[in-house]
Amino acid sequence: MEIINIEVDFLVVGGGTAGCMAAVKAKQKSPDSSVLVLEKANIRRSGAIAMGMDGVNTAVIPGNSTPEQYVREITIANDGILDQSAVHKTGLLGFDVIQELEEWGVKFQKDNEGKYDLKQVHRVGKYVLPMPEGKDLKKILSRQVKRNKIKVINRVMATSVLTQNGRAIGITGLDVRSGDMYVIKSKAILLCTGACGRLGLPASGYLYGTYENPTNAGDGYSMAYQAGAKLSNIECFQINPLIKDYNGPACAYVASPFGAYTANATGNRFISCDYWSGQMMLEVWRELNSGKGPVHLKMYHLDESTISEIESILFDNERPSRERFHAGRGENYRRDGVEMNISEIGLCSGHSASGVQVDEFMRTSIPGLYAAGDMANVPHNYMIGAFVSGRVAAEHAMDYIKDIDHGDVDSDFINTERERLLAPLNNPNGIPHTQVEYKLRRFVNDYLQPPKSPKNMKIGLEKFIDYKNVLDELGARDPHELMRCMEIHFIRDCAEMAAKASLYRTESRWGLYHYRLDFPNRNDDEWMCNTIIKKSLENNEMTIFKEDLKPYLFDVNLNKEKYDVSVA
Amino acid sequence: MALTNNRVDVPVIVDESKCLDKCKACIEVCPLDVLVKNPDTGKAYMKYDECWFCLPCEKECPTGAITVQIPFLLR
Repeated sequence: MEIINIEVDFLVVGGGTAGCMAAVKAKQKSPDSSVLVLEKANIRRSGAIAMGMDGVNTAVIPGNSTPEQYVREITIANDGILDQSAVHKTGLLGFDVIQELEEWGVKFQKDNEGKYDLKQVHRVGKYVLPMPEGKDLKKILSRQVKRNKIKVINRVMATSVLTQNGRAIGITGLDVRSGDMYVIKSKAILLCTGACGRLGLPASGYLYGTYENPTNAGDGYSMAYQAGAKLSNIECFQINPLIKDYNGPACAYVASPFGAYTANATGNRFISCDYWSGQMMLEVWRELNSGKGPVHLKMYHLDESTISEIESILFDNERPSRERFHAGRGENYRRDGVEMNISEIGLCSGHSASGVQVDEFMRTSIPGLYAAGDMANVPHNYMIGAFVSGRVAAEHAMDYIKDIDHGDVDSDFINTERERLLAPLNNPNGIPHTQVEYKLRRFVNDYLQPPKSPKNMKIGLEKFIDYKNVLDELGARDPHELMRCMEIHFIRDCAEMAAKASLYRTESRWGLYHYRLDFPNRNDDEWMCNTIIKKSLENNEMTIFKEDLKPYLFDVNLNKEKYDVSVA
Repeated sequence: MALTNNRVDVPVIVDESKCLDKCKACIEVCPLDVLVKNPDTGKAYMKYDECWFCLPCEKECPTGAITVQIPFLLR
């Protein structure tokens, strides 16, 4: 294991949606600064949108909606727990991002008059803008990175954040092909490594049959935690209504504007709105437990040309292998509903609201460390939010680094990290990562899948803590297997945080995401606040505490405005 | 510790008659990095059963040598 040392001004960890945008914006703002994108896969096809995207879900377009309306809707949808100023950024800058993407060659759907053809999927307001030709989105982004002459290192996975006196000064990384170790010093670091998509175990039992791109194992959640950053509201899980077994979106966001809807076994509606929320997921859970399941996405009542149009979008974008999944089972949207199921849990602020705590400039609680995209806690942020947060972080960071020098790397820390990375390689006959990961994630299902029970969560928490010892038994035979082993460390950290946070918030909130059987009601008197997880730097223990919400920019009366999508 | 090799049905199928020896397109775009070249034959194959059935390997193969199946457990 060689050690490769690099020094840059601004390091972007993760070359997905947020990361590509951040790198371009950093370079545009400060052309003389050195910007490096570190990517575990290859930025041409990496991250959540590796195969493109069929639309944007949070488009605030003048004439259709305002940033204030958007912030109000997300405030209500997220049961009041948010930093409105961060969500407001998505509303304020999203239109700019859309226009810039258009200049780069991304096509958005327009009506006959040439206006953006927005669709209503949310409870109130039109925020969904289709991109029927969005399949090459990632290629377009990576081309911009190249055009701006930004350095990219593919196939290197960050493993830890380096700090000095409480400031972030770099990262360590693992070349997942050569096994070399990277030590990268940077004046500012942006973590944008996506969701923790490999937390729960899919019902299929296939470790990588996840909703999220399975490369996203909670890397950033874990690295930020280990460096001492605050994470917030980790009990607010990501749970999605997905195509059963396939575990991809069905996808009502695309199909519902055409007249499709989520139905129960009798073909009737049971939710009034197909926008994903914990409240919606609770309705799905109730329906499934009422004997009216399974639920399905219903399109078979639509005419041929409409179904063909839906198919042309769904079979070309985001998860195009849907087509062969359905074909293999002899399913046809003209005749069959798309059977849906409740997914295993994950952590993702792009869809729900748990992640590394950030302010409106995407600063974490550690100076020099930023977070963006799915891992940064800006509720319901989706793809536009990832672009915006990447941009905001980069532009702020380029100011921050002006008066900053590189830190000094602690050689003891590097040696310890090197030993940690070498351990599985030195134990080639140890337990394979597949088995270690399977069991850990099965425990996540057994003890954390909502509805949540206190004793279950306690057992889970103990098991996840004990599992540190199991990680010592991991064996790897090559750098690729070592990558998977180190990802299990990330997953274990996320599991422990998920159990700890779920036990702490003694109320129910966000519908199914945090539905506790022992505290079934929302309790605003005690819990209209953030829960913060942070590693104690004195004894390395996981601590959890309440923190006040930031004052709202816009008053919302949450007693009056309840997010209710049930069909009476 | 004793280890054994389990047989698995892998999702990514490579038609070796079409796979070009010097081409690495599929290997470079796979997010999970599961494809490698067989050093003896120069042909790509799926070394690690860790597939998201996302299709970049199939789409970017210049000769159409690759077919991605839905993994058996989901199929």
